[in-house]
Amino acid sequence: MASNEPGPEFSGVVKWIDRRLPIFTMMHKEYREFPVPRNLNYFWSFGALASITLIIMIATGIFLAMQYQPNTELAFTSVERIMRDVNYGWLIRYVHMNGASMFFIVVYIHIFRGIYYGSYKEPRELLWILGVIILVLMMATAFMGYVLPWGQMSLWGATVITNLFSAFPIIGEPIVTWLWGGFAVDNATLNRFFALHYLLPFVIFAVVFLHVAALHIPGSNNPDGIDPKGPQDTVNFHPYMTAKDMIGIAAFLLVYAALVFYAPNFLGHPDNYIPANPLVTPPHIVPEWYFLPFYAILRSFVADWWFFQVFLGWWGMTAKLAGVLAMFGSLILLAVLPWLDTSRVRSCKYRPVYKWLVFLFVIDFIILGYVGGKPAEGTYVIVAQWATLYYFFHLLILTPFVGWMERPKPLPASISKPAVAPAE
Amino acid sequence: MSESTETGHASEDGGSRRDFLGMLTMATAAVGAASFAWPIIDSMNPSAEVLALASTEVDLSAMEVGQSITVIWRKKPVFIRRRTPEEIAEAEAVPLDDLSDPQTDEERVQNPEFLIMVGVCTHLGCIPLGQAPGDAKGEFGGWFCPCHGSHYDTSGRIRKGPAPKNLEVPAYEYLSDTLVKIG
Amino acid sequence: MTMSMKSLGIGKSRAIGRTLLGAAMALMIGGSAAQAAVGITPPSQDWSFNGVFGKFDKASAQRGLQVYTEVCASCHSLNLMYYRNITALGYTEDQAKAFAAQFEVTDGPNDDGDYFTRPARPSDRFAAPFENEKAAAASNGGKAPPDLSLMVKARMNGADYVYALLTGYKDVPPAGSNIPEGAHYNEYFPGHQIAMAPPLSDGLVEYSDGTSASLEQAAKDVTMFLAWTAEPEMEDRKGMGVKVFLFLLVFLGLAIANKKRLWAKLH
Repeated sequence: MASNEPGPEFSGVVKWIDRRLPIFTMMHKEYREFPVPRNLNYFWSFGALASITLIIMIATGIFLAMQYQPNTELAFTSVERIMRDVNYGWLIRYVHMNGASMFFIVVYIHIFRGIYYGSYKEPRELLWILGVIILVLMMATAFMGYVLPWGQMSLWGATVITNLFSAFPIIGEPIVTWLWGGFAVDNATLNRFFALHYLLPFVIFAVVFLHVAALHIPGSNNPDGIDPKGPQDTVNFHPYMTAKDMIGIAAFLLVYAALVFYAPNFLGHPDNYIPANPLVTPPHIVPEWYFLPFYAILRSFVADWWFFQVFLGWWGMTAKLAGVLAMFGSLILLAVLPWLDTSRVRSCKYRPVYKWLVFLFVIDFIILGYVGGKPAEGTYVIVAQWATLYYFFHLLILTPFVGWMERPKPLPASISKPAVAPAE
Repeated sequence: MSESTETGHASEDGGSRRDFLGMLTMATAAVGAASFAWPIIDSMNPSAEVLALASTEVDLSAMEVGQSITVIWRKKPVFIRRRTPEEIAEAEAVPLDDLSDPQTDEERVQNPEFLIMVGVCTHLGCIPLGQAPGDAKGEFGGWFCPCHGSHYDTSGRIRKGPAPKNLEVPAYEYLSDTLVKIG
Repeated sequence: MTMSMKSLGIGKSRAIGRTLLGAAMALMIGGSAAQAAVGITPPSQDWSFNGVFGKFDKASAQRGLQVYTEVCASCHSLNLMYYRNITALGYTEDQAKAFAAQFEVTDGPNDDGDYFTRPARPSDRFAAPFENEKAAAASNGGKAPPDLSLMVKARMNGADYVYALLTGYKDVPPAGSNIPEGAHYNEYFPGHQIAMAPPLSDGLVEYSDGTSASLEQAAKDVTMFLAWTAEPEMEDRKGMGVKVFLFLLVFLGLAIANKKRLWAKLH
């Protein structure tokens, strides 16, 4: 609900620029006067935190790129040179490395907010889809970034994941060779991953711009999920939200600093401090933690199911291909969540049944993450398969069904006037 | 209820009324951001392994009178010539008025027998000839830069041609009579 | 339930979000740590570099350098270290120069096109025991002894593991371990069969500072040394961390106070 009042009066140089390119008017309208529901909680700070993380990643990344050598003979040593010989190189590297984890932490919480409070529902569907696109771009960027230090996990993680594309019948193998630029993950692959890893964050930046632009048309959702009815329900973005976001930023930086300065390798894997060796496979190939739930989904489909033995060879559906499709499907399904959810009520605050299903979904995601990091043996496989099934069950069956069947709690009259004596 | 700040829609941005706490918070944030900028900028300065090669030690004991050697220092050529008595005398005899970049020979050497200079022409950076026995030495018996025709004398001073300054003498010290540390 | 979100303290929803995610991640990291199926968790040692204010015990690291030089360096390279780095352990530049000069490094080609050896300088990397990986493997039963510069970061449980491995050899392997010729039983090596013969023993090195060189002492010292080679920036990092943390705590306090002041004026 952007205001249509005339903008502020500027003077001097600012006025001269603004008349020719109204960036100051735009900033004033979008980030100063912009009406924001006054009942937002701290979950609403995570979008800002994500933007800040993106900027930190780009800044540190550019300065790392000045020192890094994208060649298989030199890459590992160049990273160690950064750690040891470049002034503050260790700081920039650890900030960048843990920044990737912080980025996913912040984005996963941001997504949770969206799911719980129904921020993906009309009229914010496109905003949500842009968000899923950002998530996918982040995953591609992070995947390629992890290859660059050229440790054992870099090489073998890249090998396992790029090999997945061979699951596609007929076009699979040529695609993999094309991705690799050779017959295995090697120098050609490393070089192109570096180029793309440098490029994609700027693509993310552009999509984030669209994402925020799409947000500013309807304005922010809020914990009650009901639209603001007037100025009594909102506050100006500045100074109220800027002050609130400062708290978020301080807390975020404290967590980030704890990692960078006191546990910089906690989220990583020691094997990546061993230089890549194409002749030695590590005992357990594990992606970074933020990929684990999707890795678990991927590995859930095993070749000794009767389904694959019956259909195998018919139309090319192998366990491997099913795993790949399920993994990508799990992300694509998220994108269509606005259409899967049939409820007319946005926020889980007023959805007594679905609220618990959302918590279950989160727990399921965590379970998937846990088994994703374990060897694909024994009970872990069974658990992963059930957790994968539940993931899709939640999205495809529970979400639409509960949306129809649920009786929501009565919504408050407005944001600034909560309903009389709430039940609890 | 009627004051604009209480509805959260101040049309005044309250800049003039912004109190100490708000400014302090903003200032702290700015200081924090700036202090992160310094390590990032400093990372572009020479790294430790580059600085470690910032000085080179050269053993002069094997040099014969009249011999010239070239060593690499900070990735640049350094000319060291063990000058003959004639070359030294020639260098010392040149009147300062003849020089476009006036410097006495004494100013340019610690031990007159060994002339140590950076072998990069002060015009546009080519490497002058004169080190090898068969090289052109120019009209003044020292070095000759083939790129644009600068002539340097036996003290490495510019005598003819477009170069503005004498060949640079790097900082060096004698660790012993025959061991010199450049840089 | 509707009121409770509002009455919750500052950043409670972020606290919930973070705790939940923290627990989630701890589970996932625990999962991804993927302790090798046959590895045993080594006992925790009390290292001086542990904790927020951790520092390297420089005297111990100097002894460790001696152990590396006299024992390990015959098979293991230390490629990421330069001789000049040892000044961080308390040696002077001249001592570093003298230390380096003991070792020969290959240089060249010279003006005749030949490679030659010369004494090492502080600006050189530590000399490696073998020309290349294949030579190292050929002299060691087909498997090259790994470089040690990053060993403490390259293994689960880092320094504890390295120490446990060095002290984990048994004179008599437990019954049923079936150790083939050329391998040795080690309590903490994954699979319990290690190609490296026990490298340390009591009194193997003689410390110049008079410390008695038992096997455990030598293992402690060389592990301290290797912890330093893996993370030479550690003391700077933790020191900077304290300052950053204090700054951020002040900033958090200011931000909370500022927000409360602003928002109190509403309704």
